[in-house]
This record gives sequence, structure tokens and C-alpha cells, in this order.
Amino acid sequence: MSKTKEVLRGAEIFVRALKDEGIKHLFGYPGGAVLHIYDALYKQDDVEHILVRHEQGATHAADAYARATGKPGVVLVTSGPGATNCVTGIATAYMDSSPLVVFTGQVPTHLIGNDAFQEVDAVGVTRPCVKHNFLVKHVEDLASTIKKAFYVATTGRPGPVVVDIPKDITADSCEYEYPEHVDMRSYKPVLKGHTGQIKRAADLIATARRPMIYSGGGAILANADKELTVFTRHLGFPITNTLMGLGAYPGTDKQFVGMLGMHGTYEANMAMHQCDVLIAIGARFDDRVTGDLEQFCPSAKIIHIDVDPSSISKNIPVDVPIVGDVKHVLSELIALLENRKDLPTEKDLKPWWNQIKEWQGINCLAYDRNSEIIKPQFVIEKLYELTRGDAYVTSDVGQHQMWAAQYYKFDKPRRWINSGGLGTMGFGLPAAMGVKKAFPDETVVCITGDASIVMCLQELSTCLQYGISFTVINLNNRYMGMVRQWQEFFYESRYSHSYMEALPDFVKLAESYGHIGLRIEKSADVESALKEALQEKEKVVFIDFITDKTENVYPMIAAGKGHHEMHLSPNRELA
Amino acid sequence: MRHILSLLMENETGALSRVAGLFSARAYNIESLTVAPTEDPTVSRMTLVTSGSDEVIEQITKHLNKLVDVIKVIDLNESRHIERELMLIKLQARGENREEIKRLVDIFRGRIIDVTENTYTIEMTGAGDKLDAFISALEDGVILEVVRSGVSGIARGDKAIQ
Repeated sequence: MSKTKEVLRGAEIFVRALKDEGIKHLFGYPGGAVLHIYDALYKQDDVEHILVRHEQGATHAADAYARATGKPGVVLVTSGPGATNCVTGIATAYMDSSPLVVFTGQVPTHLIGNDAFQEVDAVGVTRPCVKHNFLVKHVEDLASTIKKAFYVATTGRPGPVVVDIPKDITADSCEYEYPEHVDMRSYKPVLKGHTGQIKRAADLIATARRPMIYSGGGAILANADKELTVFTRHLGFPITNTLMGLGAYPGTDKQFVGMLGMHGTYEANMAMHQCDVLIAIGARFDDRVTGDLEQFCPSAKIIHIDVDPSSISKNIPVDVPIVGDVKHVLSELIALLENRKDLPTEKDLKPWWNQIKEWQGINCLAYDRNSEIIKPQFVIEKLYELTRGDAYVTSDVGQHQMWAAQYYKFDKPRRWINSGGLGTMGFGLPAAMGVKKAFPDETVVCITGDASIVMCLQELSTCLQYGISFTVINLNNRYMGMVRQWQEFFYESRYSHSYMEALPDFVKLAESYGHIGLRIEKSADVESALKEALQEKEKVVFIDFITDKTENVYPMIAAGKGHHEMHLSPNRELA
Repeated sequence: MRHILSLLMENETGALSRVAGLFSARAYNIESLTVAPTEDPTVSRMTLVTSGSDEVIEQITKHLNKLVDVIKVIDLNESRHIERELMLIKLQARGENREEIKRLVDIFRGRIIDVTENTYTIEMTGAGDKLDAFISALEDGVILEVVRSGVSGIARGDKAIQ
């Protein structure tokens, strides 16, 4: 039976396509170029629109929504400033490979190029920081372009996609049909890894006596946490996670040696430096991870599994490259390994584990737990205890971000949501908002600092409007802590413009936005404040923790140094 | 080392800027770039001349392949190939010089395609070094204008990029 297709206006097609794509939430801000679409949104209940206070907030919220759920995050903004305000959020999603689809309004087709009111070349402006972008030129292309946008954003190595829609397209009409499948001759992401290469990897693994597994955000994006855990436990190898990869392998497991890199643990970095076989899984050898490339894993043969061929041998040449989806490749590799009798035994690995245990004995994350002045690490540890490691934790960028990564042990993937690649201050609060929208019954916490938090603070209004509640942990040291730390180490303590004078009264600020504000100044009060905050179900509880302003993040490898050249703390230098 | 990369890409607005943007964003160098639609009007063929170490060329190829508009990337250096470039050149041609230039054009198998009392306009194709050689064979000061297309390339033999 042939069904006659409905004729719809572009704006209605847009809304219907989102519904047919299974989209439930849309973060956005209206304006002239998208008024037809907003009118169509008004007349339906299938897609819930969340009105943000700044377009950047919409992109971070949708990005975090995507990171927490694995489903695409969706943004709708107007032309011109609406589009340019999204650029930071799009670049953030791009660097961390988050499936974000941003719809930008555009001036009517006949005005494009005329410097019309609120006109900007959104496709041109966003090109360097999107996986792909589209300008819709005919209403007949609208539905299929939306389908392609979601397909490109969510497959292969995920990433943001921008769809620029001129206003006249949203007024024009055509028959509506949402395609079930997409086939693009120029875009064919690889899933399955090369069988021969997987075999070579298994052969190399069998020879390892000082092995190391280094997994990154790619393992989470591929939903390969189970495979990664089976793989690691089957081999009995030590594993480290990157900042983006935390939670892909249980952070409390005995084979987990902590995060690696600039602020990684002593044991993780030393094990990297001395391993003989490195298995890199969904990681991209970022400079904050590798340090000095010349001194990176000097005696290791390297296996690298990644869905993006351009990530392989980009910074470090590898011996066994495997291009493919991490989940697929690991499954195949596990099947191969299960049948092998020549894998390193517990006895073979004993000397290596003994060495690692010795490094662990240094206790590189020690700090003064008895301090009366609040140590930022103490707040994170208390939060970890109270939430039993099961909260969704978003963060901003700086010292607090590193402490959160070091002291909150993530046992599950998609719980740790931070801007690792671009390092976007202002990410944390809208991110918490996006996660809470996705999981209203889960505990969500935003760990931030006094410099980052004010960058997207306006979203507290959005939270009030939609009853979005979570806890903000403001580790307030009256400094841009990480900048101050670098100035202390590398600029002889000349604290150039890193001191936050004239900070607002955060308690009153939270209250003026209709939320709850608390100020905590003593270590003894940390736990009770956190308990109180975590029980709140309707409003944001903003806790302003007045912390030790001189605390630094350790261990630290200075930029451009090797993994073995770590600083532990001012009083505990290593030989 | 110099490499000639051949690309098939969607004939879409913006496709060229994606390629150009990739090169500038990642600090790769473009010596020349030519692009035009193929026999299939939805597909464009681009020939791009670049240079770099093997590692750099490998990254360039991977990143080009990653662009959603790019259908195929071939490094022509990997097999035997032919490269050609078109040059249009306007020369001062007066008196004795006129005959001399005509002889030189014949030697280089060029064609005079426009003539005035004072000038010749010449069309010449060949590999880049042949065109360079013609230019350096000319007397100083006679060149009025040079237009070069950049390199186009194709593999030798039965193999075809589709």
C-alpha cells in the first residue's frame, strides 16, 4: 500500500526529522533566522527544548549530554552571533570527539553574501573545528541533510556537525520523508580491524614481560569498556587511562595504576617509561600524555588500535597499527588470545608487578589530610566517599580538574565529563546541566574553580527554569590556580594577572539566581556540607570551598620532559 | 620530497576550501593545486603538489581521506605517472627578437596563440621543469606576463582512478 507523503514546511520538517531521529532534548536560543522553527517547536511535545542563557552553554550542555548518554547532543541557535557563540563549544566537542549536531539559522538565501543583519558565514567559521558541515540550499534536501548530519556525527570517530539552514528554507514546503539509511560514497567509516594485524598484535603481546595498556577516550566512545576489562584481566597486565579515558577500566581495580601524563601517577608514568610492549587503545598520544617524544617509551614495541587512521603514527611511530572500532578489534583480539597457550604467565609478569608495586609505594598522591585549611584534594576524596564513586562528575579546566581526575576513582565509563582536548574553562556548569537533563535521577556534581565558574555562570538561570539540580563544588583559591602554579615554577613566582581580585560573593550569587549557596572554610565542615548538598533535589547547591591558595598539583612532568622526570612535591624530589 | 596527490571529491561548494583549510591548519605546504569537474559532474578531480617527509605525506594522505567530501586519494608518486602543466606567457617581441622567440617556441613545442605588433602570446604544456627551462632560455626583460595552471597528473598504464 503506497502512502501519500505529507507536505510540510521546512520548519515542520526540521522538528519531525528530530523526532524521527529519536531526539528527545534540544538545547537552544531563539532569534530572527530560526523563528519559523521555534514556531513549529511550540506546536509539538515530542522534542523538549531547553532555553539556555548563552549559546555557548547550549553547546556544552548538549556535548555533555552526548558524552554521558552516547547519543548525539543537539543544539539550535540563530544566525550570526548565535552561530559564533557556539564556536568554542563546537571546538570543545571536536577535540574530544563528541557527537554534537548544531543547527544554525542563516539569513534567507537571497541575502547570503550581502552582509545582512546577523549574517555570518557559519559554514566557513566552523569549518576547522567540525567533523563536517552543511549548508542547506533547498527544502527538498533538508530531511536528508539532517539524517546525514546525525550519521556523520555519531559514526566512525564521532565529532560535531553543523547544519546551516537559511530562513527561507524553513518557510518553503515539500513532501516529507525521513530516510532510513544513509549511504555516502565519500564517507565509509571502518569498523573491523585487519585480521593479519590483529594476529601480529597477539604475537607481540605473547612476547611481553613488561607490558602496559594505555587506553583513552576512544575506548569510551566505542562503548568498549567491557571488552577492555575482559582483555586486561585476561592478560593480567597493568593498565593506565588518559584523562579522557577514565572510567573505561574500573579505577578501583588492582590492575589499574592511575592516570598517566603531565599530572599522572608516578607508577603509571614510570611503567610507561620502562615497558617493553605498549598497547595503546583509543588514545592519541597527546602532548600532555607523551611529554618529550624523544624519550617516550624508549624500549617499547607499540600496538595502536584506533578508529581514526590519522591518529596512528601521528606523534609516535607505532609497530603494529590496527585501524578499526575499538570494540570490534578488542573482541577479535580477545578471541585470539583465549586460544593461545604462550601468553605471559603470572610468574613471567611477577618481576614487573613487583617493580610497579615499589613505585606505588612512593604514594605519589599523598597530601596533608589533617590540614585545618581545606585541601582541595580532601574535598574530592570526601565527595568520592559520599557518592561511592557513582556520581556523574563534570569539571572545568585547571587544578581542580586534575585533582578530580586524580582523587575521584571512576569505575564506570561516561561518568567523568571534562574538556580534555581544548581545555575550555566554563565547560563544567552547562555540562552538569546537560548530564542532569539526560539522567534526572542520577547524582551530578560539577567540580570547578573560582576562575572557571564565572565563564558560563549564567546557566544557573536555565537550571532554575527547568528544575535541574546538582551540586557545584567551587574549589576557591582566589587564583587561576594552574596559571599560578606555572608562574611559581617557571616564572619565579611572578603572578602576572592570575590573582582573582574582586571575586563575587558566591553564596549570594547562587541565591540571587534562586539556588542555594554555602560557604565552607574548615576541613571539619566539608563532609556535612557535601552531605547536605547531595540530598537536594530541586535546586543547585553551590558550595564555595575556601581552599588552601598555595596548593599545587602533583606529580608533575614539566612540558617537554620525559615520563621519568617527575616532580612529586616541594619536599619530596626524586633522584 | 615532492609528491603529486590526486583526489576525487564531491563537486560541492566548500569542498575546495576544506582541502585548502586542512593544509593551512596543519601547516602543510601546497606548491600547486588544480581542480575541475570530471566526466561525472558530481565529482571533481584535484591534483595537488606538496612536499614533505614520508611521515608528513602519510599524515596528509590520511587527513585528506578523512575529509567527508573526499572520495579517494592517490599518491601518484607510488607508481609511474605523467605530469603536465599548461603555461600561457606573454612576451615582448619586436624586431630581431621576434624571429628568435619564434624559434625558441618551436624548439620547446609551444604555440603562438596571439600576436600583436609588439607581443607574442604563447601556449606551452609540459612538466614543470620544461616550462622553467623555457622561461630561463628567454632574454631578460622580455616577459610581460606568466600564467601557469599548476600540475595535472595521471598514472601511466591501464590503471584508472574511479
